[in-house]
Amino acid sequence: MSVNGSQRVDLEVVANLIPPQSRVLDVGSGDGSLLELLQETKQIDGRGLELSQRGVNECVARGLSVIQGDADKDLEFYPDKGFDFVVLSQTLQATRNPKLVLDELLRIGNHAIVSFPNFGHWRVRLSLFVKGRMPVTKDLPYSWYDTPNIHFCTIRDFVNLCEELGATVEKATALDASGQKIGLSMPWWFWNFFGQQAVFLLRR
Amino acid sequence: MAAPRAARSNNEVDNPSSLVLRFGPDKPLRLDAGTLLSPFQIAYQTYGVLNDARSNAILVCHALTGDQHVANTNPVTGKPGWWEVLIGPGKIIDTDRFFVICSNVIGGCLGSTGPASTNPATGKPYGLDLPVITIRDMVRAQQMLVDHFGIEKLFCVLGGSMGGMQVLQWASSYPERVFSALPIATGARHSSQNIAFHEVGRQAVMADPDWHGGKYFEHGKRPEKGLAVARMAAHITYLSEAALHRKFGRNLQDREALTFGFDADFQIESYLRHQGMTFVDRFDANSYLYMTRSMDYFDLAADHGGRLADAFAGTKTRFCLVSFTSDWLFPTEESRSIVHALNAAGASVSFVEIETDRGHDAFLLDEPELFAAIKGFIGSAARARGLNA
Repeated sequence: MSVNGSQRVDLEVVANLIPPQSRVLDVGSGDGSLLELLQETKQIDGRGLELSQRGVNECVARGLSVIQGDADKDLEFYPDKGFDFVVLSQTLQATRNPKLVLDELLRIGNHAIVSFPNFGHWRVRLSLFVKGRMPVTKDLPYSWYDTPNIHFCTIRDFVNLCEELGATVEKATALDASGQKIGLSMPWWFWNFFGQQAVFLLRR
Repeated sequence: MAAPRAARSNNEVDNPSSLVLRFGPDKPLRLDAGTLLSPFQIAYQTYGVLNDARSNAILVCHALTGDQHVANTNPVTGKPGWWEVLIGPGKIIDTDRFFVICSNVIGGCLGSTGPASTNPATGKPYGLDLPVITIRDMVRAQQMLVDHFGIEKLFCVLGGSMGGMQVLQWASSYPERVFSALPIATGARHSSQNIAFHEVGRQAVMADPDWHGGKYFEHGKRPEKGLAVARMAAHITYLSEAALHRKFGRNLQDREALTFGFDADFQIESYLRHQGMTFVDRFDANSYLYMTRSMDYFDLAADHGGRLADAFAGTKTRFCLVSFTSDWLFPTEESRSIVHALNAAGASVSFVEIETDRGHDAFLLDEPELFAAIKGFIGSAARARGLNA
């Protein structure tokens, strides 16, 4: 379900937010890279939910605890606060109902970690502004008609959604095109312009 | 018993060639039907060696017409064990590493107490005097066998179809005794359609005049025709339309043209007749009634106020479920509803759906993706259990 070309430059940032031995649900666990990283380095109790059956079968064959399912449909089956952390990495923009999904993440986890590509990045803005066309970049390689990314948002949009859902932003990080963290002291507008990826740690 | 062929479907009923554990009057089996079964016996096979910590035991649960001969040549049919592709030295379930137990279920006909067994009260086969057996009864008996080995916690319980039902029952009834559970191509309840097919099979057996109200042994007969028809109907449900068409199409059997009669013109007819005929040589008709009934009665949620998640409340067992895309007997949705219940119970669960056109029977076949999933799951469970290769 990790749908973008940027092969999850956010992985390490996400991993650093999670303390050892946590109970973690990775929604859109893809090929299981994050779960595997966390199991090896943090000895977490990890579970995955992944849309693609191929991804799931590969994960299970590698000994990961993953089920086939859809973030839009299957989160309702998880109990309240069943996990310390619920991770949604590079998947929010591909869900049908991002607001509901985020709401579910905050219900299931004591903390939610959400990472997404920032549609407010200057390259995206430039593409639309100069070419007048939907942006197709190395990190967002799809044309508008075949993209799985149906609900793009900017960092500012996301912050607004968090407020609407009563979520507290415990930590936020923006990454530039090379996956480097952008200085902590920068204001939102700066992150929204230069951040290519954003990683949020939330709680409610 | 005189007339061995007619008297028993095979010679494995009272004194089987496999290991037997006999429970005397001091250890009756409590049945869901509300009675005690005593004395009774369990016929079983084991493979590999139980380690000192008794932590490497795997219990394999067999399906409707399976038996305890999971990984050795079957004494009745002379064929390889029914899961020999999976279990054995150096195989995915490595008997050099694990201690594998497989027992014939109660109600079966290969050495565990069943309707063909001699009723000690009468000296004749039980027939229908044996109470109806449930999946939970089978598991209760298996638990007594596991106790016999002094095994507190099984490393893994696995099985497909009716075997998968037993796995789910194990995990629900004795969660602290099951470290990992691998139910394959199964459901937490038998669907109306599945009960319907079973009823057709049972009616076929009972409509055979040789059935004699279940007392066929006493008449020196066996309801072979009825049981064969039951098997033919059931066998169709184990396959898929696509696989049947791929294998047989409309091909004719040893002839150039239609005969305008009711011989087996088509290969599929001939194939089914063969399946029916070979089945009656190895299986007891009454046992078939009991086995199908046990599956019909299975409804794990109903035992927990209708909420399946409550059947697994607080479980620490690691689960892996497997379904097959072309299985219309236990479609993927059946597995998925178990997965949702396990999610709700906060359980550790993996779920793999495998793309195949081989239908329900795919679980018994050489399916590389199935084997990869089992290998991955068993491997990670073994690491978690501290069982190193």
